Amino acid sequence: MSRNEMSKATPLLSVKGLVKHFPVGKSLFSAGTAVRAVDGLDFNVMRGETLGIVGESGCGKSTVARLVMHLMGVTQGEILFEAKRVGSNDLSLREFRRQVQMVFQDSYASLNPRLTVESSIAFGPQVHGVTRKEAVEKAHDLLARVGLEPSRFAGRYPHELSGGQRQRVNIARALAFDPKLLILDEAVSALDKSVEAQVLNLLLDLKEALNLTYVFISHDLDVVRFISDRVLVMYLGRVAELGPAEAVLGQPTHPYTQALLASVPTMDPDHRTTEAPLAGDPPNPINPPSGCRFNPRCRYAESLCSAREPQLQGIAAGHSAACHIAIPGSGHSRARAALETA
Amino acid sequence: MNLATPAAPATVDIAQSVAHSPGYWSTVALRIRRDKTTLFFGALLLAIVLIAIFAPLVAPADPYKTNIIRRLKEIGYPGHPLGTDQTGRDMLSRLIFGGRLSLFMGVTPVLNALVIGGLLGVLAGYIGGKVNMAIMRTMDIFYAFPSVLLAIAISGALGAGIGNAILSLTIVFIPPIARVAESVTTQVRSLDYVEAARASGASSFRIVRVHVLANVLGAVFVYATSLISVSIILASGLSFLGLGTKPPEPEWGLMLNELRQAIYVNPYVAALPGVMIFMTSLSFNLLSDGLRSAMDLKS
Repeated sequence: MSRNEMSKATPLLSVKGLVKHFPVGKSLFSAGTAVRAVDGLDFNVMRGETLGIVGESGCGKSTVARLVMHLMGVTQGEILFEAKRVGSNDLSLREFRRQVQMVFQDSYASLNPRLTVESSIAFGPQVHGVTRKEAVEKAHDLLARVGLEPSRFAGRYPHELSGGQRQRVNIARALAFDPKLLILDEAVSALDKSVEAQVLNLLLDLKEALNLTYVFISHDLDVVRFISDRVLVMYLGRVAELGPAEAVLGQPTHPYTQALLASVPTMDPDHRTTEAPLAGDPPNPINPPSGCRFNPRCRYAESLCSAREPQLQGIAAGHSAACHIAIPGSGHSRARAALETA
Repeated sequence: MNLATPAAPATVDIAQSVAHSPGYWSTVALRIRRDKTTLFFGALLLAIVLIAIFAPLVAPADPYKTNIIRRLKEIGYPGHPLGTDQTGRDMLSRLIFGGRLSLFMGVTPVLNALVIGGLLGVLAGYIGGKVNMAIMRTMDIFYAFPSVLLAIAISGALGAGIGNAILSLTIVFIPPIARVAESVTTQVRSLDYVEAARASGASSFRIVRVHVLANVLGAVFVYATSLISVSIILASGLSFLGLGTKPPEPEWGLMLNELRQAIYVNPYVAALPGVMIFMTSLSFNLLSDGLRSAMDLKS
């Protein structure tokens, strides 16, 4: 399927103007402020693709996952699944949750320690009216599918499994609904490298076999490059750059993406990273910097950057970045003149 | 037999196909079996409870039968192995019968409080927000009073009697149990498996039943066990003050009170009910400690 065909089809998941503010310091005596965890986010997920979401810790990646899952209410914005608003008459929340499932980072905390593996997997389908017997049968099928021998693993408790095995169980649990979309929130980040590779390959196989669509959230650029078709780079609750994986991670436009890529340790001793490409922590999301949110840490920052916030600008087919450098005629010294690109 | 034959192989198949590892509680039981202290005090407690239950069969004499001539006899007096009290009643029999009321008055308030306080705590913890605020701040009001004073005040206001003593102790124990249940529930509620259950579209009731209760009750139960020892002491205290059981009922706290004046005449006999209270509450305490460490599977 070419990219053009994909963009014509309705997106499987469409997120528009998503905003989530967490009130802080609100008490009897003060009005309080808000942590702007997600602050105006738009993206689409096409059927059959894997969208990677990357960013530093605290940039709002996990909040996006929880918002999409409707585990917390949005402050603003809407989430459409197959062009239907979740919670409307067309698509109930319950039905949405059958079609969209999530795998969490902490494989231990995401399994009930008092339930056997098969009971944990069978819980979901039972909620949706499947009998216990059928649900357990399904659980056994799924265990085999994720590479765990049902006769050995079905009756075990989470503390008797390794991290990789537990994460396989979590994947099986998420698949128990036959979902269309799987949200993987740092699903492989806690695993060691060899196990991580196995689970990633499992995810690719499952995607192929079950026609799944993934939203893959991670801070690990190599993993995201490996698994994603498109990549969304988040910075302080906003999109910094969005586009095909090879374009965003191959020829990054946004200085933030460039810095992220430069901070990945290289295996080549001739190309050692000598200075830290990204200094300090991200600014406080309670009080984000004016203009471009990245400007205090950006090596190309100019006065324009703290004055005006850049909007997402298309660079190539399906590739866009929110940076004044990418906007022709923006006035930034590194930006091309307006006429050149017209 | 004919009916059973076709079904039998299927059951065997399932049993063979899934090797069930020992469940959580059987692992806990195994760990307790290796813990000598807990085993010893568990056995001691069991003995005290069994003796109290089968008191009429075990007790050598009638605990109410007075004998003015044989008053305050020492331990080892012929016919009275543990001596007699100030009205000549057999101490051993009274201690055995006294266990019934003392244990009943110690355990019942905690059981009541476990149900009410546990429910309130889980509700407050799971729903959170304003409901939590309303329930927990109400509990905090009770915390403003020292527990002994609160129990005496409520019993005193309601009047003496076993029922009122149990009621007042129940009220005393609801807040601490609710607080423990609330804090554990709040912890469990934020764990990913509860989130995952919510993401599966399960109702709150179902999530609480399957995922929350099993992981909260263990901790609350252990805490409640440790409260039983406090409850026994408080109940004895109420009886000692004349607010619980009334004479001539045998009850350890009341017996301690009645024998108080005899402390210079026969101190060992006078101390016996205290020894019983001490042993029982110590057993409950150590048993709860043992349960706590056995249930913490991660260590």
